[in-house]
Amino acid sequence: MSTLWLGTRKGLFALRADARRRTWKLTGPQFLGHIIHHVVQDSRSPRTLLMAAKTGHLGPTVFRSADRGRSWREAAQPPAFRKAADGEPARAVERVFWLTPGHASEPQVWYAGSSPVGLFRSVDGGERWEPVAGFNDHPMRPKWVLNGTPDGELTHSILVDPRDPKHLYLGISVGGMFESTDGGADWAPLNEGVAADFLPDPNAAFGHDPHCIAQHPAKPDRLYQQNHCGIYRLDRPARRWERIGKAMPKKVGDIGFPIVLHPADPDTAWVLPMDGQTVWPRTSIDGRPAVYRTRDAGRSWQRLDRGLPRAQAWFTVLRQAMCADAQARTGLYFGTTGGDVWASTNAGDSWRCIARHLPEIYSVSHAA
Amino acid sequence: MSCTVRIASPLHSYTAGAARVEGRGATLAEVLGDLEQRFPGIRFRMIDEQGRIRPHLRLFINTEPARDLAAPVRGGDTVHVICALSGG
Repeated sequence: MSTLWLGTRKGLFALRADARRRTWKLTGPQFLGHIIHHVVQDSRSPRTLLMAAKTGHLGPTVFRSADRGRSWREAAQPPAFRKAADGEPARAVERVFWLTPGHASEPQVWYAGSSPVGLFRSVDGGERWEPVAGFNDHPMRPKWVLNGTPDGELTHSILVDPRDPKHLYLGISVGGMFESTDGGADWAPLNEGVAADFLPDPNAAFGHDPHCIAQHPAKPDRLYQQNHCGIYRLDRPARRWERIGKAMPKKVGDIGFPIVLHPADPDTAWVLPMDGQTVWPRTSIDGRPAVYRTRDAGRSWQRLDRGLPRAQAWFTVLRQAMCADAQARTGLYFGTTGGDVWASTNAGDSWRCIARHLPEIYSVSHAA
Repeated sequence: MSCTVRIASPLHSYTAGAARVEGRGATLAEVLGDLEQRFPGIRFRMIDEQGRIRPHLRLFINTEPARDLAAPVRGGDTVHVICALSGG
């Protein structure tokens, strides 16, 4: 059984498929009116889900389900910054934006990323959260987020190396990508080769705008990044990103929010380009949405738009709103800001709409 | 010191649907602390980790707006928790 969890601006929904993924049944809403930024299945304990939520009025929190989303319980101690000392900026979590399960060897560990920029860790399955001081109080942090956006920078793409629980990555939008090799005690930028054409110094060490970063589970040295300024690949231990988006058609460009990796093949990835010209409409390019796929690690890209609207479709797909499943014929799914969900069960070759008229979709995550 | 607390609807999930509950304390901070004891989680949804009232909430003691959690609450007062949101 495949389930897609849909975090929306107005609540939580689920789409459940039959075994062949032909019929999808929409259930919900749960938490009607709540703003759901991210819903993530625990890769180590599939019955468990965590959800980042808030409402228009109330502060941010995290809910946990131990029964595949049938019931939810709020964290006893949601992510929060430490109390500021006199003279320090008094930071408060405005929203929990991202959730990542910890390493397989640490089954109760979870990470959360917030806006304003903050990293939090739970060691009890999401019940109590503590700030990660090595990141939140890093002496360079004020400079890393200096060029942040007025409505709050985002902490996202928290990645845990499947070979080493102490090896972490995260993205700040706007701020750049950062790496820790000591479990979060210290962090360093990892942005060499990434364009930041909005900064005065094009060779800046940080201040970049990664929209989404993904690490291949079977080849963890391979990272892909969909950035505000292009699509990139990095094969560690190298430190310089290669702009693989240069192989995209010039008329389409290589701007977008999500990047999704094939669960088994580290050379295959999908992106969904958006319009990043002039005033940044961030819509489908020319109103004709298309997914692009590479099967050679970014050396070439193939347009995949069979079944998608041919014209006048001006939606946006946010960074958490596209995902893949792990079935033999890869399922791909994305949700739009217009409240539609699109699915492909042939690795993107063709698409069909499986839900319409939902609230603005913030995240789409697959649960096995 | 016992007061009445009017709970706005976004917080009713914490009070089992009750729109009015009893509160105890000599200040707003104490009343909110008392609510937290009986309705775990409710305080953080209203007050951030720096002790500030969240942007889309307003607190009143009787008819007077209260912007400071040190504001005194007297027996028989009514504390109003009001939600304020614009847009769709």
